[in-house]
Amino acid sequence: MATDTVTDHHVDTDQEASWTGGGSPFNVSYGKLMMWYFLLSDAFTFAGFLIAYGALRFSMPTWPVPDFVFSTFPGGIHDAPLIFVTVMTFVLILSSVTMVRAVQEGHRENIKGVVFWMLMTIIGGLSFLGCQAWEWTTLIKGESVSVTTNPFGTHSEGGVYTVDTHGHPYAAGVEAETFAAGDPYLIHKGEDGEWIKRSYQTAGGKLGEQEFGPKQFGALFFFITGFHGFHVFSGVLFLTIIMVNVASGVYVKRRNGNEMVEKIGLYWHFVDLVWVFVFLVFYLL
Amino acid sequence: MSSHSYEESKKIVFKGMILLGVITLLEVCIALLGNGHLIHGFELPKLIMYPLMIGLSMYKAYFIVYEFMHMRYEIKSLAMTVLLPTLLLVWAVIAFFQEGGSWGARRQQIKDFNQEYVEGQESLNIDADTKVLEAEH
Repeated sequence: MATDTVTDHHVDTDQEASWTGGGSPFNVSYGKLMMWYFLLSDAFTFAGFLIAYGALRFSMPTWPVPDFVFSTFPGGIHDAPLIFVTVMTFVLILSSVTMVRAVQEGHRENIKGVVFWMLMTIIGGLSFLGCQAWEWTTLIKGESVSVTTNPFGTHSEGGVYTVDTHGHPYAAGVEAETFAAGDPYLIHKGEDGEWIKRSYQTAGGKLGEQEFGPKQFGALFFFITGFHGFHVFSGVLFLTIIMVNVASGVYVKRRNGNEMVEKIGLYWHFVDLVWVFVFLVFYLL
Repeated sequence: MSSHSYEESKKIVFKGMILLGVITLLEVCIALLGNGHLIHGFELPKLIMYPLMIGLSMYKAYFIVYEFMHMRYEIKSLAMTVLLPTLLLVWAVIAFFQEGGSWGARRQQIKDFNQEYVEGQESLNIDADTKVLEAEH
């Protein structure tokens, strides 16, 4: 029965009356309340992942430097630290804004408005997923990061390279490249698929060779951003379903200001909220 | 539910968009400036950068939950049942970061022990011993 979902909430100011049942102490429908509690549990899931990232990062003497790892931009640009991920963040913020507009139009029962703004939100979500696909492709194919291998290392001492970037001895007259303690490096893969680990001599006279960075980095990055990306993906699916329902008039009968749009809106904002923290720990800190 | 009129609500959304965008830009600027990407040879200490970026992110989170998710307009007890449990995470962060630091310290300790020279013994280098064992198999 469609009329079951009509919301008619009131706050019981009289304590006695609350015990007779039928009231809604939180003044929201069951569905919205449960969406809040689902989001709370989901927040704990994400927090668990991010805290695991922090604990593992704290246990390592060095960690890949974000503004070195994430410095590529479409079009073959390699020296744009954090710019691409800033664009991704803007895309997600914009899609959150269009979602708020959809909810507002829903309250006014403006079906056309809801569908338009939900469509904008879906486009935003898909753009974000596209950006993430590009980012992953660059890391996996271009820079050969995997869940078990992390070619992003950090020098613990300053020194000078004894071979060039291709692993060959320096040609006559070429000045050898120097590095300082804390400088990040990326171990490249040669055309034959072999890693080119450049050898060097530290200022203290020790001979060494580039080593892989902490291997947990790749696993944590792909798992956590992947889990977030999956939330975005399922959000886009639900947005699409609910948009179609709005357009076909399913929620009109319920006369509750398109509350279903509000519920998916809560979920969508939560995805944006999680990104605030993913952005903080993976890209800023 | 918001008690604002439709036009007012639209303005709040627009302001929110600008606010979130500006804060994000600010965060990225702090990261780039602090790591010496904007002004050559100028870097900020991490002790200034990190609290700033964490604080700005917390404000973003607060804004999204209170304005975009309308928590501000919900009954207080509903807000508390959702928000108070997240305080448990404060302890989780303290405990697990402490734990992570300890893993690192123990790993370093073992490394140091391995390099210790003990009189009368050739070497206590466990890494080298393991490699010998592996070679025998």
